[in-house]
Amino acid sequence: MSEELKAAVAAGVLGSEESFRSLLQSVVEVARAIFGAKASSIFLFDEDTDELVFEAVAGEGAESLIGQRFPSSTGVAGWVLVTRQPLVIEDVTEDPRFSKEVAESTGFVPKGLMAVPLLYDERSLGVLEVLDRPERAQFSLVEMDLLGLFANQAAIALDLLRRARRAAAVLAESGEGADVVARLAATVEGLEDEQRTAGVKLLAALEEVLRRNEGG
Amino acid sequence: MGQPEPDKEKRELPEIPKEYRPAWSLPADAVDSISLAVEWPGQVTRDWAWGDSAGKGVRVCILDSGVEADHPLVGGVQRSVAVSIGEDDEVIVEDDSEGDLCGHGTACAGIVRGLAPDCELISVRVLGAGFTGSGGVLLAGLRWAVEQGFDVINMSLSTTKHQFAGILHELTDAAYFRRTVLVASAHNMPVESYPWRFSSVISVGSHEEPDPLTFFSNPNPPVEFFARGVDVEVAWLGGARIRCTGNSFATPHMSGLCALVLGKHPELTPFQLKSVLYLTSTNVGGGR
Repeated sequence: MSEELKAAVAAGVLGSEESFRSLLQSVVEVARAIFGAKASSIFLFDEDTDELVFEAVAGEGAESLIGQRFPSSTGVAGWVLVTRQPLVIEDVTEDPRFSKEVAESTGFVPKGLMAVPLLYDERSLGVLEVLDRPERAQFSLVEMDLLGLFANQAAIALDLLRRARRAAAVLAESGEGADVVARLAATVEGLEDEQRTAGVKLLAALEEVLRRNEGG
Repeated sequence: MGQPEPDKEKRELPEIPKEYRPAWSLPADAVDSISLAVEWPGQVTRDWAWGDSAGKGVRVCILDSGVEADHPLVGGVQRSVAVSIGEDDEVIVEDDSEGDLCGHGTACAGIVRGLAPDCELISVRVLGAGFTGSGGVLLAGLRWAVEQGFDVINMSLSTTKHQFAGILHELTDAAYFRRTVLVASAHNMPVESYPWRFSSVISVGSHEEPDPLTFFSNPNPPVEFFARGVDVEVAWLGGARIRCTGNSFATPHMSGLCALVLGKHPELTPFQLKSVLYLTSTNVGGGR
């Protein structure tokens, strides 16, 4: 990859992880608000370790959960990931084993949860969960459809996040200062008009100096 | 002049043993040998279909997360196996003592048992060995279950991987011709997934009625039937009972009904069984 191309790619990649994380965060915040739930979270499937990782959390337990991992094919989230089927469970606390597991890993015991797979293209990327909806007489299929719509949005955001991370990793691995150049390009890209013009001039001057040194 | 025509009337043909006769043709003298046992009534009612049946003798396979055999709503399972893929890609099927790794398999087993108390339940666990490779385990588990000749296979699993679609299609067709009824959860999200879309299986979505015997035939497939799938009380881990929603809980309702019908009419093929379910659907036979 040429330095120019790397810089161009980097301008799109660096900093985008943060944006995509914000998008995921926004999805769980809205899901939580729409369903009137106590918490909502998104798990990303980590291919390298075959685990599910808390990627975004809204509500109770939010601070401590991000980054926590657990096996990819056990528990309700694992079942949903593997089977690609959504699941709604009420009265989870009636199940002593389930409560214990959840309580140990999250410090928060839900009364019920909705879990839906995040499917993008052919892939099952993760799971969206909404915990503790307010008690209602009966869950309806309309809510299930609504959950599916949120899942689509979350799946797209999760896919973008995965791509951004992979691209960032490739840039970092390519070495020879490519990541420094990339970061610089991303920084200039992010500047306001006037500062940006000045920044580009400064970089052009730097380039000239470096080339002269190279020639001399 | 050409050669004389052989005398067709007098030509003697060797007798071909029955087992070597091609299966794609039917000689005139063989018609009696395939006369079918089913006598259809003028009107197929629920009483004809499964009246007095408790699913005795019918083997129902729960292809899922395992089953907690000692749960009161499950009432025991006849066999539990776990499927995994070994280091050399070999399929390993071994007796399973892990129970249920999620709760879902137990829920499905309990629903089937509730409808067909006398059926046999066999748990085939295809979950727990990680997500990576779970597609292969699912296929291996389904293949094993089809080879065992179970009467009903309940599967709430699907895959979105196109690469598995062809093999799954072959497996579901093999099941269909071996008289194994595959009951599969439909997807309620707008994605392509398998095997529920195949016509050789019975695909199931949810309705919101609270009655386990209310089920609807869908005139707009690929989802063929709607069964109870909202706010269902089910068995869960640790002897618990919880309320659940999802097509994956509607599916064992249809599996239970299949067990009831096959308990009374074991000779039915999947095609005939599906026809009976159609004729006894709440929106067709009116639940009579």
